[in-house]
Amino acid sequence: MAWAIYISFAGALVSALLPGARPALARWWALVVAAAGLGIAIAGFAAGVGQGRQVFVDALWVPSMGIHFLLAADGISRVLVLLTGIASVAGVLFSWNIDLRTNQFFAFYLALIGGVYGVFLSGDLFLLFVFYEIAIVPKYFLISIWGSTRREYGAMKLALYSFVGSAMVLIGLLAAYTMAGSHSTTFADLAHAGLPISFQMWCFPLVFVGFAILAGMWPFHTWAPTGHVAAPTAASMLLAGVVMKLGAYGCLRVGIGLFPHGLDPWGFSFIGIGSWRDVFAWLAVIGIVYGALVALAQTDFKFVIGYSSVSHMGFVLLGLMTLNQIGLDGAVLQMFSHGVIAGLLFAIVGRIVYDRTHTRQFAELEPMHLSRRLPFAAWAFVFAGIASMGLPGFSGFVAELQVLVGAWQANPWWTIVSGIGIIVGVAYIWRALQKAFFSDALPTAHELESERAHKFAPITWPEYAGVALLGVSSLVVGLYPRILLDQIEPAVKALLAGGAQ
Amino acid sequence: MNYAALSYAALFRATLPEIVLEIAALLVIVVDLGFLRKATLPIRTAFAAVIGVAGCVAAVWAVYVAGWAGFSAGNDLLLLAGGSAGVAEVSILVLTAITLLLLVDSAFTRNPGEYVSVVLMSAAGGLIISAAQDLLVIFVGLELLSLGLYILTAFNKQSGKSAEAAIKYYLFGGMSAAFLLFGFSYLYGLSGSTYLPKVILGTYMASANGGASLLYIALVMIAAGLGFKVAAVPFHLWAPDTYEGAPAPAAAFIASVSKVASFALLISISTVTLHFIGDLNFAHSYVTVKVSNCPAHITPGFSTVWPLALVVLSVLSMILGNLAALAQTSVRRLLAYSAIAHAGYILLGHAFFSWTNASAQAILYYIVTYGLTTIGAFGVVGIVERATGSDKLDSFLGLHKRNPVLAAVLLVLFLSLAGIPPLVGFWAKFNLFAAVLAVGAGAIPFALVALSIAFSAVSLYYYLQVLKRAYVMPASDESSIRVHPVTLFVLIAIAAAVLALGCFPALLQNWIAGFYPAM
Repeated sequence: MAWAIYISFAGALVSALLPGARPALARWWALVVAAAGLGIAIAGFAAGVGQGRQVFVDALWVPSMGIHFLLAADGISRVLVLLTGIASVAGVLFSWNIDLRTNQFFAFYLALIGGVYGVFLSGDLFLLFVFYEIAIVPKYFLISIWGSTRREYGAMKLALYSFVGSAMVLIGLLAAYTMAGSHSTTFADLAHAGLPISFQMWCFPLVFVGFAILAGMWPFHTWAPTGHVAAPTAASMLLAGVVMKLGAYGCLRVGIGLFPHGLDPWGFSFIGIGSWRDVFAWLAVIGIVYGALVALAQTDFKFVIGYSSVSHMGFVLLGLMTLNQIGLDGAVLQMFSHGVIAGLLFAIVGRIVYDRTHTRQFAELEPMHLSRRLPFAAWAFVFAGIASMGLPGFSGFVAELQVLVGAWQANPWWTIVSGIGIIVGVAYIWRALQKAFFSDALPTAHELESERAHKFAPITWPEYAGVALLGVSSLVVGLYPRILLDQIEPAVKALLAGGAQ
Repeated sequence: MNYAALSYAALFRATLPEIVLEIAALLVIVVDLGFLRKATLPIRTAFAAVIGVAGCVAAVWAVYVAGWAGFSAGNDLLLLAGGSAGVAEVSILVLTAITLLLLVDSAFTRNPGEYVSVVLMSAAGGLIISAAQDLLVIFVGLELLSLGLYILTAFNKQSGKSAEAAIKYYLFGGMSAAFLLFGFSYLYGLSGSTYLPKVILGTYMASANGGASLLYIALVMIAAGLGFKVAAVPFHLWAPDTYEGAPAPAAAFIASVSKVASFALLISISTVTLHFIGDLNFAHSYVTVKVSNCPAHITPGFSTVWPLALVVLSVLSMILGNLAALAQTSVRRLLAYSAIAHAGYILLGHAFFSWTNASAQAILYYIVTYGLTTIGAFGVVGIVERATGSDKLDSFLGLHKRNPVLAAVLLVLFLSLAGIPPLVGFWAKFNLFAAVLAVGAGAIPFALVALSIAFSAVSLYYYLQVLKRAYVMPASDESSIRVHPVTLFVLIAIAAAVLALGCFPALLQNWIAGFYPAM
């Protein structure tokens, strides 16, 4: 599986060197590389069935500081690597129409993918941080060069939020490294270093918030909607699909894995909040409800999806804070599920609809009667919307149900308040469906005439392929969640039992 | 005192690298003024640069030939060899050679021979201060280095800015040299010696006898003098003007070689403050001195006050450097303020200096890689400046179209300066901060490191401002920029080194550690 990282970076380098005048070449190259990555991810996933933690590479990278180049995967990593593979292939398919500096676009794109694979496969805290930071720079350029609405603002905001988050992580990392005696930075060694509880108490929130910024935790989520809206389609898909998961994964692996005592009660409580766990769980719950309510009020189609991501990522963070088997299982499953569904939603809004209508405003989409003119887009959105609402049969249902059950076991109030978020979630998808595709008003004669004059371009094969890939993934996991849960459960159990692995 | 005759043979041996440089400096002038009077400017420039580079290479060889003996007069070791001195000397020579290669493509002067010659002499001053262990030798070396830098700054005779920058630099430099000398004279008065370990020991004795206030005055003066050399706030005012006005290769030289030499000097001082009597550990920075007729008491000394002064300089530099850089529109001034910020990080490493070699090696790692990166950055700025006539941010517009290779080099170098892994600037920062935390495991060092990291997050913003113009914003002029093949090769090599050393950070660490005797 380590090869998924290498070929992505090598692919990025080759893509940067490809001639800029031949966009088709760069596209096919990127598709080949992404597909190879997906192939490796699937093979690795299949090979990992029934296995615990597998180590792929373990070499001493910086001997004087005990930093290892350690690539390893447990069930959680394998699921997320699989998600990355799916999202990256779909992203390439939905950026088939990029003609401006195509080779550079895919160079940054593949570099980002390589960094994401690296984070999920790192078995060393330091290596994880390196890959985590590698992923920041390509995001900035992807958004600022190929983006749309207020792209430079959105890109800079995203880059600075990420960098501030990673600075917090770096401070915590240095502190933990020094506190543990500066011998080794692998997760296993740090987890067994016996970090003092008082140290974990302040280091945990630092690191957790640092990662949670990228996971879109309220109130540090504001980069997410602006960044998603500004980004080109493929970048929004990756941002929502996998980059936000980097943050959540960091929270899980580093925050909870290395500083488990940071979640212990403080010993006093204030308005019912007695530990960092309560603090972050309530922030997650606020994020769920707030994201959903704000999504309900948007006039820009893409902002609806952007805020829905904040809401859905709230479920991931809530699941992490339950600290029980079922809640954590649900959190990891929700990472996968949201990655696929958000990718699909962004693809429909940003690529299929926007590239034909050149608007994302509901007020302008409403008189276009898209359900008749773009039936494929309309029904794909119905499909994705249902998945996003969390109806049974789709991945979102299994994931969110598990999170809510886990949360109920931990604190019933979390579940009750989050329930509001789910109801509002149905409402905003419904509203978006109606406004964008299925408006009540009948077309006037004038509108019919202009429709005949301006036919939308037909749906292309990469669009069909991308929608099919993401839709099938969500459906398969929804109908047969054991395919992922069998891998997730033992890994979560090990994480809960031993701090880390 | 022992006035035993100096061993000139030993002196010759110990100063072999400096001698080689001086010979090369004279040779350049002889060749340029003697044999090449009729030749065209490009040929003269090429010859001067080649001889200069050859001189540097020969001097590197001389560093290894000279061995690790050092040079002593009587019992006092005047010039150190090996350790930080060895690393700094080799790095100074390599960086000097690279700045000379950048000369090939520039046309700011009609006197390349003199330019190269001054560069080499200045570098010789850098070699001396990185090895010096004696106040007088330090001062002579510093002056040799600085005088050269003033001349280099003024080398573009057609430019008013160059002259202005030079006169500012010179006035500040003269003033700070006066402060430094004044501080040294107090130290000599307090300790009766110019040999660093004796000076340090003497400060404890003197403050035990009621000379503490004089010691504080002396240290403040010295902090002013050395703070000027490394461009630490509040002695930084020369830096933006000099970086902006000096010809690009000279600015690269000032920003890299001079910084490496000055920080190597600080490393010597920091090392001696902890090791001034054999191998006793003075990490707690108090010495009990028995003074006649007095009961034994604890007295503050050099290492009590010095780190405090460094912390103040460091924090001010970090804050002001990073914040001021945000507001710059000239890339050279931006680099100057970023240099001030980097000096702040490095000074933090000096303030929390470890008893083992860890801190010294981390600082060396930082300055060597920083010097390399800065030279590359100035190389790119110089080329863009020649093509567009200005170093404003907007002259970088559309660089990726005008010269994709140049833009890629700029991307790598600036991201490295910002400290993004896997580039070498990240490891430099990490090493340094880890060393600081390993020394001082309290709340204060931790808060200072947290402050540094927070400000390096700020720094990403202004580095991205340049990269944004190079990659994102539309170009106003799309004509391609031609780059001399030698310059292009040098720049690509620097960028490749920054990337390779970042991917394999242990390479440089091992190389640096190789200069230290095995522990």
